[in-house]
Amino acid sequence: MAERTVLVLGPQRHVPRVREALALIASPDGETPVALCSAGWEERELEHDELQDHVGRPVVNLEVFARVESIYREDPELHAAVRARHDRMRRVQALHQHRLAHAVEAARGLADIPDVSSDLAAEERRDAIAAIRALDRTHLDRLRGMHDAFWAEWRPEQRPAVARHRDALREALEPCAALCVAGGHVAILLNRLRLLGVLDLCPHLPVIAWSAGAMALSHRVVLFHDSPPQGPGYVEVFEAGLGLVGGLVPLPHAQHRLRLDDPERVSLLAERFAPDACVVLRGGEILAWDRDRWRPHSHTEVLGPHGNLEEFA
Amino acid sequence: MNAHPLDAWLHAGHPPAPQEIARWLHGREFPIVDGDRATFVFHGPATSVELVHWIYGLESSMAFQRIHGTDLWHLTMDLPHGSRVEYKLGVVHGHQQALIRDPLNPKLARDPYGANSVVQGAGYFVPDWIHEDEQARKGEIVSLSVPSRSFGEDRDVEVYLPARYRKTRRYPLLVVHDGPDYVRFAELRTVLDNLIHRLEIPPMIIALTGSPDRVREYADDERHADFVADELPEALAARWPLVDRSEARGLMGASFGAVASLSAAWRRPGRFGRLLLQSGSFVFTDIGRDHGRSPAFDPVVDFVNAFRARPGKPSERVFVTCGTYESLIYYNRSLIPLLQDTGMDVRFVEQRDGHNWENWRDRLREGLSWLFPGPLWMVYE
Repeated sequence: MAERTVLVLGPQRHVPRVREALALIASPDGETPVALCSAGWEERELEHDELQDHVGRPVVNLEVFARVESIYREDPELHAAVRARHDRMRRVQALHQHRLAHAVEAARGLADIPDVSSDLAAEERRDAIAAIRALDRTHLDRLRGMHDAFWAEWRPEQRPAVARHRDALREALEPCAALCVAGGHVAILLNRLRLLGVLDLCPHLPVIAWSAGAMALSHRVVLFHDSPPQGPGYVEVFEAGLGLVGGLVPLPHAQHRLRLDDPERVSLLAERFAPDACVVLRGGEILAWDRDRWRPHSHTEVLGPHGNLEEFA
Repeated sequence: MNAHPLDAWLHAGHPPAPQEIARWLHGREFPIVDGDRATFVFHGPATSVELVHWIYGLESSMAFQRIHGTDLWHLTMDLPHGSRVEYKLGVVHGHQQALIRDPLNPKLARDPYGANSVVQGAGYFVPDWIHEDEQARKGEIVSLSVPSRSFGEDRDVEVYLPARYRKTRRYPLLVVHDGPDYVRFAELRTVLDNLIHRLEIPPMIIALTGSPDRVREYADDERHADFVADELPEALAARWPLVDRSEARGLMGASFGAVASLSAAWRRPGRFGRLLLQSGSFVFTDIGRDHGRSPAFDPVVDFVNAFRARPGKPSERVFVTCGTYESLIYYNRSLIPLLQDTGMDVRFVEQRDGHNWENWRDRLREGLSWLFPGPLWMVYE
């Protein structure tokens, strides 16, 4: 876990709290700009007027999405290698999903077996959840291995196009009081932050992240939806995150995406990712990393092991 | 279980008092749905009362029984789980006959001919995604006049642009036959706003087309294929950024609109990678040309017979829906194995409903999200 100041916020569209988060950072004055990475918004990444109005200070848009588009045009060899890695990761993900479906169904199905004493059922359930956790761990290791191999072979930071944009980013970040990482498409955001090594360019700068931004910065990116229009909807570990946000599984819009009134599902998720806290981010939450723990600056709920929502304390 | 006293009144030696009937009717929801049975009730002066429905397989009108000595009429029928049935009441009073909506039932379904009463069976729920969601950003509908060489005239098309439309992005295109009717009677605009907001489909551009002579133009007309496959996309692409790949191009329609969709895709294979065919009028014959329907079906039958003989592979992914209570269910069921044999990815959904707009509305989420899956799993705003 990083030493720098890190804040995780709920979705910003209806309850913007970045201004309050900046106040917590004790940024020197209202004139100091904040840097913004909104690559998850893709082609809309430059539309930060609302954020600028909200924070009341200059916003330096890092244009991470556009920079990587430019790098891909300039360095097609690197682009092809990135795409090949993504294709391979997609195939690995599909295989993982196949195994995961059986493991999750096995855990859920235990509750339906009649005439089993509760202690026996609880023991089997623990084993079933352990199997899912092992699967998650193996998958994450495999993904990290793929990233390591890619980096060792291609050394993107040494390629001229990437190096040039990294220099420009370093310069853009230099006068900023904080780095904001917005939500959007989590894979696009994560891949571009990673390719440009944005966090490494500002090792001491406070970071404020929300929605997909918080997910990309966590140790593992967990995708979730209990009621998709197609398919059963198994919560899945999708990627290795950037590791800045430890101890949390951020769940933006959980009230819309998860069946929070289903104790079986809630407890399964809580136990699957324990000791990390599965944090319900409805909008309005502010969590700050304080030396060795997350400190909520708002009413914040987490999924509890007994299937209910608990106050995050 | 009978939750009402109609049977007792029917077999009682004396009629119930008017006040007793009025008390029973007051505040009650009609028709009375009890498990897989529905009881329809009419209260008023009449010589006879009939239930007029469009359930294929049942007599198209079913007689009510009068509670002796009263103006209270009733009819109980099977209504399997999940059913939704549109109906009217045929009321004869002396020399006067009228086809009316059920005065005791406020549930209505509108269509181009007016409105019908609706009975919703146990297990049927109006989907939540058809209602306006104040959180959902709203798309915009603009009008466009498209010059058509094939029709020799300009055609008016309405175009749905998704919320936060940007020229810098490229969009999938879906052409919807009878599009304005889909908006009016199947809440298509709200459904699109909601599904895009929920990330269940991607932001898309939707061409809402109509026809001044749909029975002719939708029945395998070469000019129509030219229009939807060539002229219309060309005109749209000149104005809006479209993804130029077959998996991002779709045709959709109901009834004859489904025939028009399949026919255009068949005439231009590979052009439209996605088809949504609802209650298609896919009437065919196995021998001879006597199809037992109106002459308007002649070109449809010729097309479907030709398609069955040489289907080719008109598209890549096809979602077919049809109501179990439609006379077209036989033709649609028959078409599925044939579509599957072409190598296309085919999904078929039946529901206990009829040939109507709300049936088509209710299948939109499943169909559109399967044909054009949105970034639901990836985007966390």
